Amino acid sequence: MALTKDQIAQRLSQELKDGYYVNLGIGIPTLVANYIPEGIQVMFQSENGLLGMGEFPAAETVDPDLINAGKQTVTAATGAAYFSSSESFEMIRGGHVDLTILGAFEVDQKGNLASWMIPGKLVKGMGGAMDLVASAQNIIVAMMHANKKGDSKILKECTLPLTGVQCVSKVITDLATLELRDGAFHLLERAPGVSVEEIQEKTEANLVINGEVPEMRLSAPVPA
Amino acid sequence: MAGFNKIVTRYEDALAGLTDNMTVMAGGFGLCGIPEGLIDQLVKMGAKGLTCISNNAGVDHFGLGKLLDTRQIKTMIASYVGENETFEQQFLSGELEVILTPQGTLAEKIRAGGAGIPAFFTPTGYGTMVAEGKETRKYNGKMYVLEESLTADFSLIKAYKADTMGNLIYRKTTRNFNPMMAQAGRITVAEVEEIVEPGELDPDFIHTPGIYVDRVIQGTFEKRIEQMTLKQPAHA
Repeated sequence: MALTKDQIAQRLSQELKDGYYVNLGIGIPTLVANYIPEGIQVMFQSENGLLGMGEFPAAETVDPDLINAGKQTVTAATGAAYFSSSESFEMIRGGHVDLTILGAFEVDQKGNLASWMIPGKLVKGMGGAMDLVASAQNIIVAMMHANKKGDSKILKECTLPLTGVQCVSKVITDLATLELRDGAFHLLERAPGVSVEEIQEKTEANLVINGEVPEMRLSAPVPA
Repeated sequence: MAGFNKIVTRYEDALAGLTDNMTVMAGGFGLCGIPEGLIDQLVKMGAKGLTCISNNAGVDHFGLGKLLDTRQIKTMIASYVGENETFEQQFLSGELEVILTPQGTLAEKIRAGGAGIPAFFTPTGYGTMVAEGKETRKYNGKMYVLEESLTADFSLIKAYKADTMGNLIYRKTTRNFNPMMAQAGRITVAEVEEIVEPGELDPDFIHTPGIYVDRVIQGTFEKRIEQMTLKQPAHA
């Protein structure tokens, strides 16, 4: 069975390591904050100027002066820091953030991703996405393997305007975990019950498969 | 003699000298940390043909959205402009020119502008539409794009506290673009929640030193929330 968005987030959370500073993009990546593995501590960076983003506030503690990059009201975790937008992107471009997880429309086998513009549709802007992928070492894309029409979003070459080039290290979808190496996607894991054949069928890019491909392990139960 | 006293009490004095076709920076991220009263005053003054530099363009009829309603903005430089139908209509009709700039590049362009640096190389946007027509250069095996800095005739910013000398402190995530814009404005006007006497702000904790600030006005703020998100009650 293909994973739900929450299950993708659950699988993504296994990429978190103790002591990591992490930037989560809007959409599926945001859900990762709900699945921090027990016994590890991470700090979430929000590019509008907050390191140490906490959970959403209770109604009586909402503060309009405290939002995240998705413009949602949030709280600050213990040990948080506030700073300007330029300093925020110094952290990001300077490679100080350990892990960036973001969504995309398309990813290709060169490690390029497209996530901000669909020609013919109204362009709202790239926000901080181009900066987030510009020099980070560890970028994971979280997305559906295929679009609603069933077309693969894992491509030989992106068709949409790019957000960044040669920057993606891993892709986690509703069907598979893929690692980018030497100009190809390497199939690391299958979603539980999804066959290698189905993944191949829904992957337009070159896919390297070495031996038995294990199933993902989704440890914690998915909340209803 | 005014000396270092930057306080003005009337909004018309706060924006005196702001005329048609000027470049205006406005602080804020979404509706968080925006100079609400200064925007209202700009609407009242009616200066037209403005080039407006701000991370976003407000929402319909609030924040910079008010300046779109009155068609005072000719060019908008921003990183993300969703959440605004008026904006969409004016953009699609060609009435409004939009220069989309990656958020970190926008922040750095403004920082550099205020710091006397005309341009800089950044990795952001290399190999994308943003880099088209721009000089690129390789450093240590990686490609970078030359981006030019930004300055403004007026910077309209929002701070939490000021002293009468224009030293500023921001609160939480309202800081965002405000400190860099304070530096990049030929005339910088700060709208603040509270004004105190010199010496009352701890010099160790001043975010924007008064040298960057020309005028300070005390405002009242609605602080509209764009996305109210609350903690879900624990599952039963």
